Amino acid sequence: MIDTVKLIALGLIALIAALAANWGHDISYQVHALIIMAIAAVMFIVQLRRFGSAQPAVDSTGYMDDVIRAGVIATGFWGVVGFLAGVFIAFQLAFPALNFDWGQPFTNFGRLRPLHTSAVIFAFGGNALIMSSFYIVQRTCGARLWGGNLAWFVFWGYQLFIVLAATGYLLGGTQSKEYAEPEWYIDIWLTLVWVAFLAVYLGTIFKRQEKHIYVANWFLLSFIITVAMLHLVNNISIPVSIWGSKSVQVFSGVQDAMVQWWYGHNAVGFFLTAGFLGMMYYFVPKQAGRPVFSYKLSIIHFWALIFLYIWAGPHHLHYTALPDWASTLGMVFSVILWMPSWGGMINGLMTLQGAWDKLRTDPIIRMMVISLAFYGMSTFEGPMMSIRAVNSLSHYTDWTIGHVHSGALGWNGMITFAALYFLTPKLWGKKEMYSMSAINWHFWLATLGIVLYASSMWVTGIMEGLMWREVDAQGFLVNSFADTVSAKFPMYVVRGLGGVLFLAGAIVMVWNMYMTIRGGAPVRVATPSPSQQQAA
Amino acid sequence: METYTFLRELADSWVLLAMFTFFVGVCLWVFRPSAKAADAEAASIPFRNETRPVADPASDKPSTTSSSLKSEAKDV
Repeated sequence: MIDTVKLIALGLIALIAALAANWGHDISYQVHALIIMAIAAVMFIVQLRRFGSAQPAVDSTGYMDDVIRAGVIATGFWGVVGFLAGVFIAFQLAFPALNFDWGQPFTNFGRLRPLHTSAVIFAFGGNALIMSSFYIVQRTCGARLWGGNLAWFVFWGYQLFIVLAATGYLLGGTQSKEYAEPEWYIDIWLTLVWVAFLAVYLGTIFKRQEKHIYVANWFLLSFIITVAMLHLVNNISIPVSIWGSKSVQVFSGVQDAMVQWWYGHNAVGFFLTAGFLGMMYYFVPKQAGRPVFSYKLSIIHFWALIFLYIWAGPHHLHYTALPDWASTLGMVFSVILWMPSWGGMINGLMTLQGAWDKLRTDPIIRMMVISLAFYGMSTFEGPMMSIRAVNSLSHYTDWTIGHVHSGALGWNGMITFAALYFLTPKLWGKKEMYSMSAINWHFWLATLGIVLYASSMWVTGIMEGLMWREVDAQGFLVNSFADTVSAKFPMYVVRGLGGVLFLAGAIVMVWNMYMTIRGGAPVRVATPSPSQQQAA
Repeated sequence: METYTFLRELADSWVLLAMFTFFVGVCLWVFRPSAKAADAEAASIPFRNETRPVADPASDKPSTTSSSLKSEAKDV
């Protein structure tokens, strides 16, 4: 019976998608309709071929790790794709010829930039968050994932969201909201996937075999719920036609700007901070082999973060049409946020108390520590930049880009790499990663890449801000915009090179993961020899 | 506009007070003396059940007490 219903549903989806491809008003919508039609058709055939045959029994006694294995691979894959896109657009800024006249409009910076941001934040970061929340929630609840194949729906549904979003950007389907570019039907799809994610997560927590809900789950749950709320409110729009991708936002003017940055900053706060803190609160104690430094501090950290972050968005709109009280509110809460952020950093770092020697011997711990250091640095830099006077210099300059990347590459990237190194051997039943020295290489490539990136962006951002405001004795502006662009060239090249190093590190990691999964015997013991440490 | 003014005034008076009180309450509550054992218990959760779930909840065990979990501690 259920098989028949599935067949009918898949056939209908394929049919409607085919109609949509024919009637679609724009190329982005038509291509998406074709993608959906192809997926539905393939699923229809697969379903048809096994119609009536007995389903193979699923062993549902242990943890559900298949979907996490898939998530680990997806995280590595999207990481490399996203970093590659980032390196490419970095060089496009330095050498505009790379926009390629023959590839217009698909290969210009304006279309590739959202491809890069979504690939790293939502594809790389999102897959890292989904797979590690599935891993963490099972282990800390002592229970198998709730909902059976629903977890697989979350995984594949999320990949489909990424593919639709990315192809949409290239083909011009965007609602022009930063970090929320996908159009209305992709937003609806993501909502479905996200609700399923929440159901799987909550269902597992409900059937937990531990009395307490471990603090990592608090952070991960707040991430899931808040992202759902942000996504729904920021994407309130009305499609112009059901057969086209264009939609119109319901909010307009300053309200739209405020909703957008309430979304944008809390995406940073709950996607890139709370979610990754959930990973930190599990993987750091596990890798260090000792419980978190202070459980009390972690609870205060949680509630302070939740109560403060939600107000910080207006600092993106200083000196705009936004009322002063709102921008002051955003600034004040951003500055207060410094405290819980550093509380969390200290909590993570002090977890190593009594195990600091591991910093010398364990490259994974080293990655976690540098990630926490970058977390501390960018959560100091952020509040400082949110102060109106500082913002008048930094806003619209590349300082902001440097700040974002020290947080994203340093904190999110490094903690994700550490989690991948932790999970890969465990999930494929290996003792450890194939090559420990490759992890060391990755560590240094990534760290040097971030240092080049952040320092060049500081220099160029402050230079640019000062050049914009420079006036001569008569009060005329000294520099034209093009002057700043040509002055920034050397820093743009250095930034691109930093990106190349970071990308190279990620490729080393993917190679290492491949060799580990494929099952080669470990070539190195866990402790590198002194000569290797010298080299490092 | 009336709704705006009402919500605006509510937000920076009673709601602000309620949220602040809740937050301070949480901070104080965290330091209650009886929390020490519970915190230690919670902090040790990642070191249990690494390779397999706690035995099926439908079985005889009351399951959630820490004593029943001790048996699982060996797979740390």
